Parts: sequence; structure tokens; C-alpha cells
Amino acid sequence: MAPLGANQEAKTTNGSGESLSETAPMEKHSAPLSAGNMFARLAAIGVLLLVVVGAFLYLGGWFSPQKLTPARFADEFERVNGIHSGFRRNHAKGVCVRGFFDSNEQGARLSKAVVFHTGRVPVIGRFSLGGGDPHATDDPSTVRGLGLQFSLPDGEQWRTAMINLPVFPFKDPQAFYDNLVASQPDPNTHQPDPAKGAAFLASHPETARALAIIKSHAPSSGFDNTAYYGLNAFRFVNADGASTYVRWTLAPMQPYEAGTGASQGKELLFDGLIASIQRQPLQWHLVMTVAQAGDPTDNATVQWPEGREQVDVGTLTLDSVESEETSPARDINFDPLVLPAGMAPSNDPLLSARSAIYSQSFTRRAGETKEPSEITSSEVRR
Amino acid sequence: MSAGASTTERQQFTGSMRFLHWLMAAMVLAMLGIGITMVASLGDYHRMVSIHRPLGIAILIAVVIRFVNRQFSTLPPFPAGMTSQERVVAHASEVLLYTLLFVLPLIGWGMLSAARYPIVLFGSLHLFPILPHSVMLYAALRKMHTFLAYLLFLVFVAHFGAILFHTLIVRDGMFSRMAPWRARAR
Repeated sequence: MAPLGANQEAKTTNGSGESLSETAPMEKHSAPLSAGNMFARLAAIGVLLLVVVGAFLYLGGWFSPQKLTPARFADEFERVNGIHSGFRRNHAKGVCVRGFFDSNEQGARLSKAVVFHTGRVPVIGRFSLGGGDPHATDDPSTVRGLGLQFSLPDGEQWRTAMINLPVFPFKDPQAFYDNLVASQPDPNTHQPDPAKGAAFLASHPETARALAIIKSHAPSSGFDNTAYYGLNAFRFVNADGASTYVRWTLAPMQPYEAGTGASQGKELLFDGLIASIQRQPLQWHLVMTVAQAGDPTDNATVQWPEGREQVDVGTLTLDSVESEETSPARDINFDPLVLPAGMAPSNDPLLSARSAIYSQSFTRRAGETKEPSEITSSEVRR
Repeated sequence: MSAGASTTERQQFTGSMRFLHWLMAAMVLAMLGIGITMVASLGDYHRMVSIHRPLGIAILIAVVIRFVNRQFSTLPPFPAGMTSQERVVAHASEVLLYTLLFVLPLIGWGMLSAARYPIVLFGSLHLFPILPHSVMLYAALRKMHTFLAYLLFLVFVAHFGAILFHTLIVRDGMFSRMAPWRARAR
């Protein structure tokens, strides 16, 4: 009896340690662990916790310092341009506008987005000059940008950031980043090293091809008479659930006039825009180019073949201009992936990266003191 | 048998509490992984954000249900061997976890509100803003969101470490109180 009883006792004690019965509270004193056993158990706990912490840090990119992250991208913009408190890390110089979009309902067969129903939606936007210097001198050869936010009646939004280049020079975020690094000013000459630029082009033939297309489109004289291109492909879904890939373009109703090469004043482009919009409302056709099967949707450096269907879906009218100092558009992140239902991203790797980096830039500048904008309120009223 | 069953009930959290615990454990672990991945990612950023927002709101709803459910439930006692200090620490860690699980999604919602981002859950379904438009407020809440998320991760590591310690070293039946299965009554 005695050996059996002892055996049962040992079993109960053991069992309470693993599977825990109602006797557990009374079994505070489980059989003591041997020093070796105790050490092994403590080591196992340590290893498990280290694995959890390591996995977390791994996902956060802590062990891959070469990985391109939104923060490292924004850091590189800051290395090239310096930090200008409160300004965007790119397209830093800008002025804000307001207006509206009149849909002609032609877009409804491509996308169920409410913005393509008949009617008018308010638009707020911002014209900008490419580059991270908020006080740069205007030059018609500098990239021009237009960010727009369409406010749909039910609280949905469509935001887009477009530029005046027909194709984008870089096929993915890595190429954009490498070019940014190559264009970093030399500490001695304060100029980018031409050899680095040449090396970048040699290793990125798609950029060289894109630049040739860009060169064939001579820049116009102003913000008002240029086309703006959405560049990336998007997937539109209509009311029947059918998907179509599209790219969009704003085609100006203001007649084209060639930009002159020589700079004619620091605010040449912005003063021209202010004068123009105060003379009469500025208008653009919003045109959707519809892809056919096989057209690349993941490469913004190439145009789609000639003859693709073009659908004019409505008219954008911009009728007032305002300095960043007073306009809420200063604080809008024109994230290209703020999309209403009926519009979705394509597989273009630039889209998610743009969203991530714009957000990083927005978060940084949101918390900074806002320095006065180059285009002041008095400049706009003049 | 019936006596054994009732003893088990007293020793374990109720079925609904255990279900909510493990459901939220899965949601929160996924959320921590998605959150840390997304802030360091370019290519996966959009996909991750698209999950992060609705999952955060789901956690907010779940923690409210869980808190209310807890108020109407009988809690099992702590293992008898725990000192009063250990009980204070255990209780404080529970309060901290509940608070973080409630406050983190709320700050996420609040910061997107302050920045006037549309807070899209699915398709055209989006949330109303809960704070006034202010980018300075956004920036402060955004920092707080990160700080509290790291704190939540550390509290989770401590929680995981404590239950491993109780299970492997102290062996006082702590884990069976919240085990996903019904603890055997003997």
C-alpha cells in the first residue's frame, strides 16, 4: 500500500505542473526542480522570448540596414535638399487652388466611383515645383506638379498627385532612390557629380528611354497650359464588377505656349499662374486612357501604344488661388492611394512606395514649425 | 462529477472570456506584426495599411465587448501560492493591457481624424472624424501611437514571459485558468 500511495502522490504532483487540475492551488510546492532542469527551463523561456523580440525587430527592418524604408527614403531627401521646417520633402514650393470637377458620366462605365456620376464635386489642390527647396527659382524645365483632392458627397475622397511629364523616369522605388543618391551634391563642389549621374543612366536603360520621351515633349510656358499625367496605372471597377486598367491625364483647355529656356524671374511660373487664374477660371479635360490586354500596368517609364481608347470623363475647373499660408491644401497629403470605391491600385510598385513615402514626409512636416511659404498671401492678392 | 465540474468553473475563466482572450491574442499579435512591418515597408505598405485600419477598429470593438463581458463574469482566483505583491503586479498588468488595447486603436482613429485622412474600412465604408483638424495634433498622436505600440509589445513580452515562468518554473496552474480547452476536473 505504501509504495502505491507514494507513487500516486508523485503522479498528482507531476500532473498539477502540466495539466493543472483543481488541486493546483494546493500544490504550490511542486516537486523541486534539479539545478540542471531549472537551468534548462529558464534557458527555454529566455530563448522563446528572444525569438519573439527578434521576429518583431526583424519585421521592423532592424537587421537589414540596406533595406529601403520610408524613413530612409525621407532621410535621403533631407540629405540632398536639407531640412526645410514644415515643408514637403519633395515638391516643396507651391501654391494652393480651389475649384470643382464636373463629371459627364462617361467614366461610369469604367468605374462605379461616385465622382463619375453626373454632377459637380468640389476640388482643392496645389501646384508645385519639383525638388525639395521651398524657395527654388522657377524654371520651365523643372518638373511641375499638381495635387488634387476631390471631395465626394458621402465623405469619400479621391486624391491624386500628377506631374507634367508624360512618363516617370524611374520604374521602381529603388531606381528613384539610387538616382537621388547619385544626385547628392558633392561636399567640395556643392554640385552633383556628373560621373555618378552617367553611371546611373548606364545601369538604368529604362530611365534613358523615358528621358528621351520626356525630351520630345517640350515644356510649356506655365502651370496653366500644360498637361498633367497620373503616370501610374490604376484598376477601375464598374458597377457590374468588371475591371479595367486606366491611366489618367489632365489635358489643358488653355492653349499651349512653349516655355522659354532662360529664367525670367524667381516666381515666373507661380506669378504666371496667379495672373492667369485671376483673369479667368482654368480648365482641363480629365481623360482616361484605357489599357488593352498585355499593356504594362507595372511600369510608369513606358507609354501605352498609340491608339488606345481615350475617354473624356469630365472637366476640372480651378477658379481661385491661395497661398499655402492660409489654404488647408498645405496640410493635405496628396497620397495617390486615397481612392474612392471603384478605383484600386494596379501592380505598379511605385504606388505603394509613393503612399508610404508621402505619409512619412507628411508626418515629419506635420509636427514641424511652419516656415513662411515662398508664395505669400500678399503675392497672391497682388 | 458535478462537484468536480463546478470546481473547474471556479478555477478557469468562463468560456466566453477564454474565447475573447484567444481571439484578441491572435488579432493583437497580427496587428503588432502588421504595424511594425508596414512602417518599414515600401512595397507592402498599402496592403498592410488596408488591413491595419479595419483590424484596429475590430480590436477596439472586441476590447469593449470583452470588458463588458468581464464585468458580468465571475473570475477564478489567482493561484494560492501567489504573494500579494505578485497579485498587485498581475492585476496592474491586466489594467495596462486593457487600457492599451482600448487606447491604441482610439489614438489611431483620432490621429487620422486630426489629419483629415478618410478613414476607409472596406470599399466606401469609412469612419467619421473624432477630433478637430490639426496637423500638429496629428503629429503628436502619431508619435504617441508608435510609443504605445512599442509599449504594448513590451507588455505582451512580459505577459508571455510571466506565463512561461508560472508554467515551467512555478508550476502553479496559472495557464489552465485561461487555457483554450476546458481544464480536466479530476
